[in-house]
Amino acid sequence: MIPEIGHFALILALFFSFCLSLVPLVGYWQKNTVLLHTARPLTYLMSFFVLVSFLLLALSFMTDDFSVLYVSQNSNSQLPIWYKFSAIWGGHEGSLLLWVLILSGWSSAVAIKSRSLPSEVGPVVLAVLGMVSLGFLSFMLFTSSPFVRVLPEVALDGRDLNPLLQDIGLIIHPPMLYMGYVGFSVAFAFAIAALITGNLSASWARWTRPWTSLSWAFLTLGITLGSWWAYYELGWGGWWFWDPVENASFMPWLAGTALVHSLAVTEKRGVFKSWTVLLAIFTFSLSLLGTFLVRSGVLTSVHAFAADPTRGIYILALLVVLIGGSLLLYGVRAGQVRARATFGVSGREAWLLLNNILLTVLTLTVLLGTLYPLIFDVFGLGRISVGAPYFNTVFSPIALLLIVFMAIGPFSKWQQTSTSILLKAVLWPAVFAVVVAAWLAYSNALGWIAWLTLSIALWAALLTLKDWFAKVSAGSKGIIPRARQLPRNYYGMMIAHLGMVVTLVGILLVSTSSHETTVKLSPGESVSFAGYEFHFDGISHLKGPNYIADRGAISVSKEGTFVSLLSPEKRFYSTSRQIMTEAGLDAGFTRDLYVSLGEKLADDAWGIRIYVKAFVRWIWLGGLMMMCGGLLSALDKRYRNKVRGANA
Amino acid sequence: MRKLLWFLPFFVFLGMGVVLYKQLGTNPEYMPSALIGKPVPDFTLVSLQTNRVEDQSSLPKQAYLINFWATWCPTCEMEHAYLRELAQQGVPIVGIDYKDDSNKAQQWLATKGNPYQLVVTDELGKFGLDMGVTGAPETFVVNSKGIIVYRHQGDLNSTVWQEMKGYLK
Repeated sequence: MIPEIGHFALILALFFSFCLSLVPLVGYWQKNTVLLHTARPLTYLMSFFVLVSFLLLALSFMTDDFSVLYVSQNSNSQLPIWYKFSAIWGGHEGSLLLWVLILSGWSSAVAIKSRSLPSEVGPVVLAVLGMVSLGFLSFMLFTSSPFVRVLPEVALDGRDLNPLLQDIGLIIHPPMLYMGYVGFSVAFAFAIAALITGNLSASWARWTRPWTSLSWAFLTLGITLGSWWAYYELGWGGWWFWDPVENASFMPWLAGTALVHSLAVTEKRGVFKSWTVLLAIFTFSLSLLGTFLVRSGVLTSVHAFAADPTRGIYILALLVVLIGGSLLLYGVRAGQVRARATFGVSGREAWLLLNNILLTVLTLTVLLGTLYPLIFDVFGLGRISVGAPYFNTVFSPIALLLIVFMAIGPFSKWQQTSTSILLKAVLWPAVFAVVVAAWLAYSNALGWIAWLTLSIALWAALLTLKDWFAKVSAGSKGIIPRARQLPRNYYGMMIAHLGMVVTLVGILLVSTSSHETTVKLSPGESVSFAGYEFHFDGISHLKGPNYIADRGAISVSKEGTFVSLLSPEKRFYSTSRQIMTEAGLDAGFTRDLYVSLGEKLADDAWGIRIYVKAFVRWIWLGGLMMMCGGLLSALDKRYRNKVRGANA
Repeated sequence: MRKLLWFLPFFVFLGMGVVLYKQLGTNPEYMPSALIGKPVPDFTLVSLQTNRVEDQSSLPKQAYLINFWATWCPTCEMEHAYLRELAQQGVPIVGIDYKDDSNKAQQWLATKGNPYQLVVTDELGKFGLDMGVTGAPETFVVNSKGIIVYRHQGDLNSTVWQEMKGYLK
């Protein structure tokens, strides 16, 4: 009974989303306030029924209702309770439901906040969000309902959740990623509403900014978590693989970063309007494309999801309607938007324009690399795959250049900056950074690329701090009162930029100063590697809730003092009959010790892989800092005050 | 001309849509088995039900399916009903009981019905290794000349059968 109610709730949600995408728009064209005002209650109704169906699916998982096909495919009675919950998004259908749930969450949030928007803008925005919901709800109901039953031959037990996904990182990673993906739908809806109503004022950018920063923060967290998960779970110590699914989340992030910056220019200076609108469409389109690439089975990846061409066609049709429709609308309307303001070649607008160009190039680089195998295949040139070498060689130099601009940008003034002042401000830190980086590179025997990268990183960090110091030390009040007066928006930028630097340093050092080796060890033997002594104590067997495992004990010491005991595991999941490796990890601020069990060789000996990863934590630390920066910007008081002002 | 420029993003997107559409039917995970176009490898395996030793000569002379299954595999349970349906339609199926307990397997067939013309036990998975299977269920199509022409990983259902039946001749 419960799955049927869930299914019915979805149908009701579909109905309300249909009304939501139609009625307020009719109200807008007929200038009928009654119809316009239906937007908010319709949003709440739709969201309520999506929530109900999500909770009912959760209930089916909790009660091990294996008559539901989706539950029997993704869960098992032996599965620990928290994984039963996260198994909801372990497969295609449930992930979609989560997607829609988060979308209705965002829609409701917009509905709550929309009271302060001009009376015709809010409903149109909600209607656009309703259309996106309509698309996804109908996709789910027509091709991939999670409530399909297998009656009367009910499976005795479920097939179990993919062991790769049985992990704490995977409980939180997809929801965070989706919060980001789906959050960009708000910026998208605002952009489309602006095109429909023709109201592209600076206030449009101000309404959009906090939503965009917030989604960007979530997406940053989602990607960071994903990278961290891949690092410790996949067992080969990598933290980024340029896998199509990773790229699918990275492209909206790059475009979203560009959007956050160009929105700032549009709000402050009223320029780049049509570009910002296009970027908002572009960012959300990439989120949709990401969903499409992962779901349609057009590309393969480590993330196992079923490939089903009928679903693919439906998503493609959805993409064509949503993205094609908005781009068509853009083509018709954007030409009418003209910016009145102008700006000089050395003003902050110019730096941010450069930022946008570089970020767009980076996005296209990743997009091309991801789709290249497809394009290749379409023209009958055979099957190829584009791997990390392409991305690393093309991506890195552009990204480095971007960080140079990131360092200079905040120093420049709007409209026009005198070149000599700018030069004076950035020159001494540059000299200092180059010298210190040279010393660091020399004393650690790093190459010139490392030297260059370290210089840029140091320089960017110095300039960011210098800018802050200049701001707080000017004027008569003390440093602390002035520091507290600076807007949250500014601190958001500062922390996010510093986070970028921290990540850059992490990426650089992990790729230049890490060590790895594979050794054959029998219990009692030890090996010296990268200054550490690894002693293989032995193997023990243990039984987990739904797996059996061999657990190795490897004690690590440095110059005679004990450092840590690592316990890598090889798990055999009995239901799905898959073998998973769990790495043994000792995390540290400047290095990680990482050990994974390989194959069992003859007489008790095991193949063991050992990694010493330098500064790998910095990559994620930087990610977390960027997320905090995004959150701080989104919470800037200015948005709330202005909004209240507009309401009065 | 300037007006058309605003439509540029739209046209670029349309082009991309065409590329994606062309790719939809193809399955990137489709790894053509090395055995396609080759005869079924030699084997000597014991029949599950009669304890007779079976080899190449026991295989059907017309086109048939080879289905790897096991009692430990829940997906096999799901596909079993469909296999019986196919058997009733007259499709000859050779079952390979893969890395399994023979007693349980016999019980399984006794209670659920037997869709197989011939069932042999591959307790150690040696034949599975020769056929390059990665797990159960997995199904191969062998044509009337004894040549392997198609391989499917995962459960056999009506959607898969639509594609597969074309090879069975």
